[in-house]
Amino acid sequence: MGKKGASFPGNNKLSLREIKKSFPQDGSSLAVLLDISLSVRQGEFISILGPSGCGKSTLFNVVVGLVQRDGGIISIDNREVENGLGDVAYMQQKDLLFPWRTLLQNVLLGPEISGGVHEEARSEALELMTRVGLRGFEGNYPAELSMGMRQRAALVRTLLFHKDILLLDEPFGALDAMTRSVMQHILLGLWMDYRKTILLVTHDVEEALLLSDRIYVLTARPAAVKGEVSVDIPRPRKVTDLSFVDLKGVLLDMLQGEIERVFS
Amino acid sequence: MTRRILYPSILLVLFVLFWELMVWQFQVPHYILPAPTRILRTLAVQQSLLLHHTLITLEEIIVGFLLAFVLGVGLALLMFHFPVLEKSFYPIVIGSQTIPVFAIAPLLVLWFGYGLSSKVVMAALIVFFPIVVNTLDGLKGADSDAVNLLRIMKASRWQILWKVRVPSALPFVFSGCKIGISVSTIGAIIGEWVGSKEGLGYLMLHANAQLQISLIFASLIYLTILGVSLFYLVVLLERSAMPWKRLSEAR
Repeated sequence: MGKKGASFPGNNKLSLREIKKSFPQDGSSLAVLLDISLSVRQGEFISILGPSGCGKSTLFNVVVGLVQRDGGIISIDNREVENGLGDVAYMQQKDLLFPWRTLLQNVLLGPEISGGVHEEARSEALELMTRVGLRGFEGNYPAELSMGMRQRAALVRTLLFHKDILLLDEPFGALDAMTRSVMQHILLGLWMDYRKTILLVTHDVEEALLLSDRIYVLTARPAAVKGEVSVDIPRPRKVTDLSFVDLKGVLLDMLQGEIERVFS
Repeated sequence: MTRRILYPSILLVLFVLFWELMVWQFQVPHYILPAPTRILRTLAVQQSLLLHHTLITLEEIIVGFLLAFVLGVGLALLMFHFPVLEKSFYPIVIGSQTIPVFAIAPLLVLWFGYGLSSKVVMAALIVFFPIVVNTLDGLKGADSDAVNLLRIMKASRWQILWKVRVPSALPFVFSGCKIGISVSTIGAIIGEWVGSKEGLGYLMLHANAQLQISLIFASLIYLTILGVSLFYLVVLLERSAMPWKRLSEAR
């Protein structure tokens, strides 16, 4: 606990080293990512926790290649890559379901892009939809469904990209507390069964603690890794567990200073 | 739904009654303003004549509209993909709108003759603008996060176009079509006025010269029915092309 930028050589699914990014603003430049180094092992569930506006989403955009970084190295399976384009699946707070597609057509977007929807993909989609409680809604349009159901469909679509690494950018941020807790439960179940490597961005301390193996805490903008916390609590975790409460205190302390920086 | 039809119908009936009464009351000569009953009689007597000219005008509008649609959507797609084309064409397309179609109608008749083609060009010219502008706006208006989602999947430019941009542009394209089809009659009628041997515009001009004012009104009624039907045809197409649209509107 508290080790800065720890790495696990030889065993990393995804690793970022000294990622830097600034954006031009009013003639000068605004540093958003100062120095981000982190690593994720195969099948690990990692959360990135930081005050809002700290550049977490920029980090993901850099990783997927939507934003060019100024410096730093990204490696996937211990090989240096230009970016994660094509190697990662990405899910946002917005469900981004296409209103003109039925739910089934929406979740099959990934297979469709990468060369045709086969019977196999279709049955896998139906199986996953059953699992997240969307069976019977395959033919419905997104407009007919609740936010929670739409986000579940977005999760299924993300899984059906068939990538080992999932980047989840505050995927449940727009949901009410009850729906969010259902979604967390579903996500955890799917992660355990599919053994995906997950990197979750959140500003919700409890969410990070409930789900992750390890948590990286970021500083306020410009973002750097402030610290790393391992969560060695057996799952399923309860927010009332003593060790849970302890770790929550630790994380909140780490964040507190950063939140003060944001408002100063 | 019933009220949507009921209220304007009541208004229309009252207006027609008032018109009829005024004509009788003031003994207005029929070559100035015919009574509605006289127009009704003309509608019945001249049915086949009116129908013949209506079909001519319909043909001009349909062909002109389709031509404008293909060219308009095509140009919008090209402008979207090649910014240099947008920079060159867009100001000209906008600028061309300041030229009234009336002003160039005689030229078009000179170049394309008295037949179908000059009216088709005229209708197409007037329909073209709303379709180009709306389609381009629609293509640009696609949610950038949705486009990025496809980029992350390593989708090709074509896949992004067909799977995101075109479907999100559809409502805009249909808005353009609705405006276009409403003004298309103007193009066709002007073309017929300037030089033709057939069509409702020709018929009106001809009737005017012979002081058959009730025939003008009868033509106008046919023209209105034609225009409204075409508009609702586009609305029907819109609904069947975008079944999801009604769901989101219902919410």
